[in-house]
Amino acid sequence: MSKFQEIEFYKKPETKYELLPFRFINLSEDQLLLTNLVGEYYLTDREVLDDLVRHRLDRENSAYSSLRSRHFLYDEQTSIAKDLLKIKYRTRFNKLDEFTSLHMFVVSLRCEHSCPYCQVSRQSDDKIKYDMSKEIASKSVDLALRSPSKNIKIEFQGGESLLNFDLIKYIVEEAKLRNTDKNLGFVIATNLAVVTQEILDYCLIHDIHISTSLDGPRDLHNKNRPRPGRNSYEKTVEGIKLARETLGFDKVNAIMTTTESSLAIPEKIIDEYLLHNFSGIFLRPLSPYGFAIKTKKFNEYNAARWFEFYKLGLEYIIKLNKEGVIFREFYTSTILKKIFTFSDTGYVDLMSPAGIGIAAVVYNYDGSVFASDEGRMLAEMGEDKFKLGNVLSDTYKDIFLSDALLDPLEESFASSVPMCSECAFESYCGSDPVYHYATTKDFVGRKPESDFCYRNMNVFKYIFNRMNSDMYVEKLFMSWSK
Amino acid sequence: MLKLYGKIDFKNIAFKGWKLFYVTFNPNIPDILKSQFAFIVDNHNYKKGFGSYLSFEKVKKDIPNLFTLKNEFQYLSEGDVIRLDDNGGYACIFRLSSRYNTLLLTEQCNHYCLMCSQPPKKQDDSWLLDQSMKIIEMIPKNTESMGFSGGEPTLYGEGFVNLLRRTKLTLPNTGLDVLTNGRAFAQESFTKSIADVAHPNCTFGIPLYSHDPVRHNYVVQAENAFDETIKGILNLKAYNQRVEIRVVIHKQTIDHLIETCRYITKNLIFVDHVALMGLEITGFTRANLDKLWVDPYEYKNILSEAVRILNHYNISTSVYNHQLCTVNNDVLPNYQKSISDWKNEFVGECDGCQKKSECGGFFSSSIKYRYSDNIKAFA
Repeated sequence: MSKFQEIEFYKKPETKYELLPFRFINLSEDQLLLTNLVGEYYLTDREVLDDLVRHRLDRENSAYSSLRSRHFLYDEQTSIAKDLLKIKYRTRFNKLDEFTSLHMFVVSLRCEHSCPYCQVSRQSDDKIKYDMSKEIASKSVDLALRSPSKNIKIEFQGGESLLNFDLIKYIVEEAKLRNTDKNLGFVIATNLAVVTQEILDYCLIHDIHISTSLDGPRDLHNKNRPRPGRNSYEKTVEGIKLARETLGFDKVNAIMTTTESSLAIPEKIIDEYLLHNFSGIFLRPLSPYGFAIKTKKFNEYNAARWFEFYKLGLEYIIKLNKEGVIFREFYTSTILKKIFTFSDTGYVDLMSPAGIGIAAVVYNYDGSVFASDEGRMLAEMGEDKFKLGNVLSDTYKDIFLSDALLDPLEESFASSVPMCSECAFESYCGSDPVYHYATTKDFVGRKPESDFCYRNMNVFKYIFNRMNSDMYVEKLFMSWSK
Repeated sequence: MLKLYGKIDFKNIAFKGWKLFYVTFNPNIPDILKSQFAFIVDNHNYKKGFGSYLSFEKVKKDIPNLFTLKNEFQYLSEGDVIRLDDNGGYACIFRLSSRYNTLLLTEQCNHYCLMCSQPPKKQDDSWLLDQSMKIIEMIPKNTESMGFSGGEPTLYGEGFVNLLRRTKLTLPNTGLDVLTNGRAFAQESFTKSIADVAHPNCTFGIPLYSHDPVRHNYVVQAENAFDETIKGILNLKAYNQRVEIRVVIHKQTIDHLIETCRYITKNLIFVDHVALMGLEITGFTRANLDKLWVDPYEYKNILSEAVRILNHYNISTSVYNHQLCTVNNDVLPNYQKSISDWKNEFVGECDGCQKKSECGGFFSSSIKYRYSDNIKAFA
C-alpha cells in the first residue's frame, strides 16, 4: 500500500538539537546520572554524555529518544518539552502556596526523662516557669488557624507534653471551636511513660495521634533514655500497646534517635521495630543541637559513620523484603518519592525553599515563635537567630514576614546556592539553613564541609546505584515511593 | 457478528433522502406518533399510518414505504433506531439491547493510522452530524452511556461543540465517550468552548502511541500530530475535562511501550484512564498486517511491566482486547472483558476452556485473519 509513508518520512530535516538545562554526577566508574531541574533523570555513560554536550549524539542511539522525551534536549521534531517542563516545575513547588501546615506547640519543657542527647527538657516541677500558659496557647491557636493552609496539623511537643495534658485539652478544644474551614489534625509527641487510659480515651474522642520514641532494644533504649526506675523501654512498649488498643494500630507512630551506641547494631534496632509490628523505621541522623553539642556527643560521631550505619540498616531491610517481610526505611522512602514523582513530599528537613516557618513552625512554652524545632534548640544554646517573634507581642504578619524568616529562606534556596545549583541531586535535596547556621554561622554553609551535604549526597548515590544494579531493589524502591 | 447496515429491497418510497425511525412491533402506537415508527409488518397485521414498514417476508399487500429485511437483521427489537434511505440504504443506528452504542460522526480524519479500523474517506459527510443531532433526541433518556467516534469528530469545530451541547441538554444522565485524536484541543479557544458546554460526564479518548514524536507521527501518518495531541491533552486537563489515553499495542508500539507508559506517568499523570488495547484485525490493519502483527503472548512480560508502572502511579488502567491465556496473572486486576457486540467470540483452541466466561475472547476479524499462536484452554 503506497498510501502509507515509511517512518523516515516523519523525520523532519535535521537541524542541530539544543540542550535544555541539566546537571550530572558520577555514580561509579562508568555510570553517570543526568538530572534536570524537575528531577527527570537518565543513567548513562561518559561517551553518551560527551556526545550529547558536543551536539553529536546519534539520533539512532536509543539514548537520544529517551533524553528528548525526558527533556534534556529538544530538536526540530517536537517543541512540547518546554510546556511539560513548565508544568512539572510548577508541580514541584505547588506546596508553597499551602504555606504552614505543621504547627508545633511546646506545651511543657518539663520531662521525667534525662536523655543526654535531648536538646530541650528540664527536670523540674516548676510549672509556672516551664509550662505553656493558657494565654500563650490561645494566641498560638489563633496564629495557627491564620495559616492559609487547608490542612492544619497541631503537634504537641515537650519536654514531655503529657505533663501538661490539661493544656493539650484546652488547645484541642479551642482549635476545634475556633476553626471554620480547615482540616484539623492533632499529634501528641510523648515518651508514653506517663500515659493513662483516660488520656487515650480523650485522644480517641478527638482523633489525636500518638508519636513516640523507640530507640531500639531494651539495653540501648534504656541507656539512651534514662528515667527514674530505668524503665523507659518497658513504659514505652506498654504505652504503644495500650495506645494501639485504644486508638487503633495506625494511629501510633515511633521514631528512633541514632546515638554512638546505635551505630554498631542497626539490625537489632530494626528487629525491635519488627518485633513491635511497625511498617518501617526512620534511620535518623543525630542532630547537632542542644545538649548533644554541649556534651560532645555530636563530635564523637560523624556523617561518615552514620552513613555506614544507614547502609547496613538499609541492606538489612532490603534482605528482609526479599525474604517476604514488608518493611521500609522512611528517609529513603521520602527521597524516592521525590525521585519518582515531581511533587514535594512536605518533609520539612528536605525541602527547598527550606521548610522553616513556611512548612512548620514552633510555638514555644514561653510564647516565642521559632522557624523550626531545631531553631528553638539552638535558642536553648543561646543562639536565637531563628526566633521569629512572640505570640504575645507580635502579629501574624510580624512573624511570617520577618527578616528572621525571609532572609534564611532566600539565602538558602538550593537552586541558587553555590555547589547546590549545579548539583545533580538538587531536585531531590533540600536546604537546611538552621543546621548550617548552627555549624558555620551562615545560612548557606560550606558544602564540602557540610555533614548535611555529605549525608544526602551519599544517600542519593547509594539509592541510584542500588536501583541500577538490582532489578529487585528498583521495584522495591519504586513501591516505597508511594 | 451483527451486520448493522446494508442495502435492502424497497418499494413505494414516499420520502426523499434519509429518515430515522424507531422500530416497533406494536400496531397500537397512537396515530399522532406513528410517523416516527418503522412497523414490523407481515401479511396479517398491517395498520395504516406508520412512517415506514419493515418485513422479513414477502408481503402481498401494497404497502407504502416498505422495506424488506434479510434474516440477518432479525436482531431488531422494539425501540431500536434505524435509518432508511430512499435508495434502499439501511443502517441500525442505536440498539436498545446493546449496552453500548457508538455514533459515527464522520469518516473524515486528519490522521491515517496504520491500524485504522474505520479507514477515513475524503468526501463531505457532514449529513452524519445532522443525523446525530436528530438521533440524540431519539435515544432513551435513561441510556447509561454511549460514544461518539469517527473519523475525527472535532473536525466539525463549532458543529461538534453544538452537538456536545445538544447531547448534554438532551441526555444529561448519559455518560459520553468521544474518540478523538485530541489535536483540535491544542487550540485553547476550542478547548474552552468545549469546557463551557460543561457536559457532566464526558470523556475524551485520545490515542498516544509513543513517547517518541517521530514514531507517534509515523503510526498516525501525520506530521506534527504528537505535539498537538500532547498539547491537546494538557489543555483538556487544564479545563478539567476527563481524558483517557488509548494505546494500541502492535509491532510499531511494543518496543517502546514501557517508555511510553513512563512518559505518561511523568508528564500526563493527571489523565483519568489509560487503555492498553490489543490489535483489531480490520480496516487498514489487514493491509499492514506484516508491519503490525506481534503475538500478544510474546509481549506479555512487557505488558505486565507497563501495567505495573501505570498502577504504581495510581493511574486507572485497563487492558482491552486480549485473551486470558496470552497475559500474565499480574495484569488480571486491570484486565477487561470487551463490551462490544462483535467480540467475545472464540476459536477451536478454546474448546473446554474453564475461563471462557471471564475472557474477552476475540474480534471476529481476528479469528478470520490472525490471532495468537499460543491460545490454550485453561483446564
